[in-house]
Amino acid sequence: MSDGAVLHGHPEVRTTHEVHHDEHHVHHHQETFITKYVFSQDHKMIAKQFLITGMIWGVLGGLMSVIFRLQIGYPDQSFPILEQILGRWAKGGKITADAYYALVTMHGTVLVFFVLTGGLSGTFANFLIPLQIGARDMASPFLNMLSYWFFFTASIVMLSSFFVQTGPFSGGWTAYPPLSALGDASPGSKTGMDLWITAMALFVVSSLLGGLNYISTVLNMRTKGMSMTRLPLTIWALFFTAVLGVLSFPVLLSGFILLLFDRHAGTSFYLSDIYMASTQQALPNEGGSAILFQHLFWFLGHPEVYIILLPAMGMVSEVLSTNSRKPIFGYMAMVGSLFAIAILAFLVWAHHMFVSGLNPFLGSVFVLLTLLIAIPSAIKVFNWITTLWRGNIRFTPGMLFAIGFVSLFISGGLTGIFLGNSTLDIHLHDTYFVVAHFHIVMGVASFFGMFCGIYHWFPKMYGRYLNNTMAYIHFWVTMIGAYLIFWPLHYAGLAGMPRRYLDYSSWESFNQFSDLNKFISTVAMIVFAVQLMFIFNFFYSIFKGRKVVTQNPWGSTTLEWTAPIRPGHGNWPGEIPEVHRWAYDYGKDGREFIPQTEPVNPDESKH
Amino acid sequence: MITEVVSTQRKKIHPHKFTLWVAIASIIMMFAGLTSAYIVKGSLPGWSTVEIPQLFYYSTAVILLSSVSVQMALKAFKERNMALYRQLITVTAVLGIGFIVMQVLAFMQLWDRGLTMEGSSGAGQFLYIIFGLHALHVVGGVIALLVMFIKAFSSRIRNYDPVSVELASTYWHFVDLLWIYLFIFFIMSI
Repeated sequence: MSDGAVLHGHPEVRTTHEVHHDEHHVHHHQETFITKYVFSQDHKMIAKQFLITGMIWGVLGGLMSVIFRLQIGYPDQSFPILEQILGRWAKGGKITADAYYALVTMHGTVLVFFVLTGGLSGTFANFLIPLQIGARDMASPFLNMLSYWFFFTASIVMLSSFFVQTGPFSGGWTAYPPLSALGDASPGSKTGMDLWITAMALFVVSSLLGGLNYISTVLNMRTKGMSMTRLPLTIWALFFTAVLGVLSFPVLLSGFILLLFDRHAGTSFYLSDIYMASTQQALPNEGGSAILFQHLFWFLGHPEVYIILLPAMGMVSEVLSTNSRKPIFGYMAMVGSLFAIAILAFLVWAHHMFVSGLNPFLGSVFVLLTLLIAIPSAIKVFNWITTLWRGNIRFTPGMLFAIGFVSLFISGGLTGIFLGNSTLDIHLHDTYFVVAHFHIVMGVASFFGMFCGIYHWFPKMYGRYLNNTMAYIHFWVTMIGAYLIFWPLHYAGLAGMPRRYLDYSSWESFNQFSDLNKFISTVAMIVFAVQLMFIFNFFYSIFKGRKVVTQNPWGSTTLEWTAPIRPGHGNWPGEIPEVHRWAYDYGKDGREFIPQTEPVNPDESKH
Repeated sequence: MITEVVSTQRKKIHPHKFTLWVAIASIIMMFAGLTSAYIVKGSLPGWSTVEIPQLFYYSTAVILLSSVSVQMALKAFKERNMALYRQLITVTAVLGIGFIVMQVLAFMQLWDRGLTMEGSSGAGQFLYIIFGLHALHVVGGVIALLVMFIKAFSSRIRNYDPVSVELASTYWHFVDLLWIYLFIFFIMSI
């Protein structure tokens, strides 16, 4: 057995920090409040820190959308309460144009980066990778802790930009120059933009540190028997997510560095031939190109949408299979399509720039590459549906959100085919069609993936269940609400209703949508309220939820359910379990499920 | 136990080393982004080139030498020749600092020639930013060397694990190669 023990614990790691962990188990080293809850190096605690920070940002980002939806839905009315919240940004209860743009910008930045990148992959990569591959912790728990604290600092800096006199950045979450490069362009482009760049740079560092760790953990720290093809799809998805982040965030950082020089040193990387109306001055900058920034931004920006989406895809695959009591359909095809999406993610960035003055011939190449993404996406959808097909489905809240994800991914994905064609995009660009498309396919769908993950793994995180009644209300209202909000926006967009307008009522052509906008704003508020109920459910259940009494409540095959109900630092009190089979042996040879740790019986049928 | 561990160790790369390789890939992407920006910007109107100061050739020689010394330091460490290791790691750190100083001096020469950040941006502004960021990465390497320097001279810590020395030398070779790439890129494109 001693030989086995050596092999189990991944010896090469044992020479460094593993030794330290094992000490923890033996001595039950007393952890102080600070080392356990604040500067923790335990991947599970770091995951919870990411999740709760992400949830706080989620509420703030959602609240911003409620405030600007009030303006879009009721442009002729005033809401005195807004003046109480926003002060001079909403004088007389009507939001100012600057505040409106600031809110839209921050809504995008916060939800894309702080919630759906930090909050989603930060949470689940940290939580699931060591538990599902059978490792005691990440390759470098210290870097992992730093990753969270960079995220936290980025959050504080971003939040502080709401409290500077000139307000937060207001030039759109894509931060295109010249709005982002010239302080005189708008109030938000002053201190707010400096804080925005600082926060984003810190965020990039955080996600690089995290990503490095995720990649080396998945590749180097798997337990005995856990070959790459036995990994659950969650791990594959989180792995590709990390690869995308590590290779694309640095490019964004280079774009930001040049932007900083344009802002403060007088260079002209992105600026050319500008006359400032606010200062009545012609600027000396010439020869710069705003499109250069767009290239650098979207080289991250497009992989970023997959950074958001892939973790959701992975968790949905796992939850669908577990709760259909059926193996995932086409495991290798699922891995292959994740890989294909990861590769294509780097080759399609210019489809965000069809109307920016990009060479149309170059555009046609990007159209082709963009439409190619439909193939792996369709493979995934097909495999999810065939996994459900004739399954013995248990409609747990996590499962409902997983099915909801598939539905939203199909609806949102189909409109992607419209937008991927440059000829159609010229008409649809900067209309609500684009808003509707990416909110469904990237925003709401990824949120559904995140909810699916939270409901499914909450018992593992806190040793208690979330309240089911509230969970079902949460699901149905969010699901129906998401479609009621974003489906009609497609029609408004096709009719040409542009994005980012403060007030549509002065345009005769868009007046026809005023009732629709009222309706959407109302639904948005209801959906937001239900998210608050979810937050209540989350925190209430941490302390008062029904206790988990069995180690494997969902009857799942993967390794995290072989750990104790409330695992300590190091995850398994004894040896790390050994893996003998893939992660999807459900309904095999008359057995409901066979855990990965069970040796293969010679009489067993092949999967 | 430990010897047994080593003997049963599979031929797998140490996770920290692997992490470093991924980090290197990440840094490469950052400089790839910047040099592609250079190429895109170079085809736009208002582009100006710059004469590369002689000093950069000397700094190239210095960083190449430091790569040799760090490799020898690693070899000395593995042979447990600690006196030589301490000397060589000191030499490497000094050469690293020398490299950074030479880069700064070259920037000052360029600046004195009237190449500032104002106005239309050409190769010169890219040179400041790209070479400057590279120098920052060298600073990171020097800090790592200084940590090892302190460890090597501290009598209390006895270090037999070559991993951190290997990590530092890999990173050092990387910033060296990165410099060669960036320098050749600038020479070729100007």
